[in-house]
Amino acid sequence: MNWELIWESLPKLLEGAGVTVQITLFSIAIGLLLAVPLALARLSSNKLLNWPATGFVFYFRGTPLLVQLFLIYYGSGQFRELFSDLGLWTYFRNAWFCAVLTLTLNTAAYSAEIFRGAIQAVPRGEIEAGKAFGMSGWLLFRRVTLPKAFRIALPAYGNEVVFLLQATSLVSAITVIDLTGAADLIRSKTFAVYEMYLTAAVLYLIMTYVLVYGFRLLEKRLNAYQRRPV
Amino acid sequence: MLLQGLQMTVLVGLCAMLVAILFGLLGTWGKFSHSRLANWAADTYTTVVRGVPELILLLLVYYGVPKLIQDGAAALGYDMRLDLNPFVAGFLTIGFIYGAFCTEVLRGAFLAVPRGQMEAARAIGMSRTLAFRRVQLPLAMRMALPGLGNVWMVLIKATALISLIQLDELMRKAKLAATATHQPFTFYFLASLLFLAITLVSMLVLKRAETWAKRGVRT
Repeated sequence: MNWELIWESLPKLLEGAGVTVQITLFSIAIGLLLAVPLALARLSSNKLLNWPATGFVFYFRGTPLLVQLFLIYYGSGQFRELFSDLGLWTYFRNAWFCAVLTLTLNTAAYSAEIFRGAIQAVPRGEIEAGKAFGMSGWLLFRRVTLPKAFRIALPAYGNEVVFLLQATSLVSAITVIDLTGAADLIRSKTFAVYEMYLTAAVLYLIMTYVLVYGFRLLEKRLNAYQRRPV
Repeated sequence: MLLQGLQMTVLVGLCAMLVAILFGLLGTWGKFSHSRLANWAADTYTTVVRGVPELILLLLVYYGVPKLIQDGAAALGYDMRLDLNPFVAGFLTIGFIYGAFCTEVLRGAFLAVPRGQMEAARAIGMSRTLAFRRVQLPLAMRMALPGLGNVWMVLIKATALISLIQLDELMRKAKLAATATHQPFTFYFLASLLFLAITLVSMLVLKRAETWAKRGVRT
């Protein structure tokens, strides 16, 4: 083990870790916004909403993320002229943009399934109670169903966030210099194989367990009303 | 050409699943063992493997293990050059990673086997190993089947990563075709459809398998 080399490359690795965190946060935030409407579309009895949502979720959960990344980043090149005409080519040429776009769509599909299950698991009594108060439609959904569903979904959603954080390591395959990309770059210059990958692994472990801890705190806080008085 | 890749993907997936189940059984044994050391080893295994991205572990094994052996040999005064076969490195690493997920599934399954079953087996005179083989293991496997099925679905998609260490599986074949024809979208899309096909077939087979495993359960 060459500790000096690890120490010297730490700033570069941390910079990469910053990109990893940034991509994770962007994808999670936008993915969450897409996931709830998607879950509702999956539950809708309207075929025009239900079918596309089901197809979208099935495709993104049934294919490897790496294929999706390549499909969007390299595949968009096949439609270069079309994208140029639409003024979108500057975005699709950018690996960072493609990485966030793919991860967002991917996590939206997985989260939509989690939320669909959670919405279905909201006790009927709570919805009936809401109706008895005269709430209906959007108000009922916003005040009763959604908050409860979010609490039910939280443990599974926490897992999904952790999986997404780890999945971001794949963006190094489409030339984004994230933590894995940075480690790989230094490895190819210095041949310090285990120094680089082990340091990256430790940094990922730290990020993962910070997230796990954070979700545990959030769960405790949101479910505080269920705690028995001591 | 893509179909050859498909074959390789399925092959590497099956080998990896086998390794994963073996590691899973080993990990479960570690978790239930009375030995502190085995407990600690199993806990560390599941914690670390589930906390580090697959790609990092794959690169670590593929580039790290040959270097470790070379450095070791150099220290002993030998000069050797060693390269790991991407197929072997790939399925061993993927198997090792998903072994941690199998450990959790199998642990839950073993816990779900009613205590009375084991007691009954012992009471009619089966030895510990025989009771494990005839009663506990088959029952646990039935309980573990849905969970193992989920692990398989995730595992088969993870094999796409092995293309990054140059194994000629589905994903890499698609990449080669895409570069040769300048039609990346067409070929990556085809590859994704083939992965979808694997998922669909797996779903059907698993459903069959679950009905078969539950044939003795009254509903």
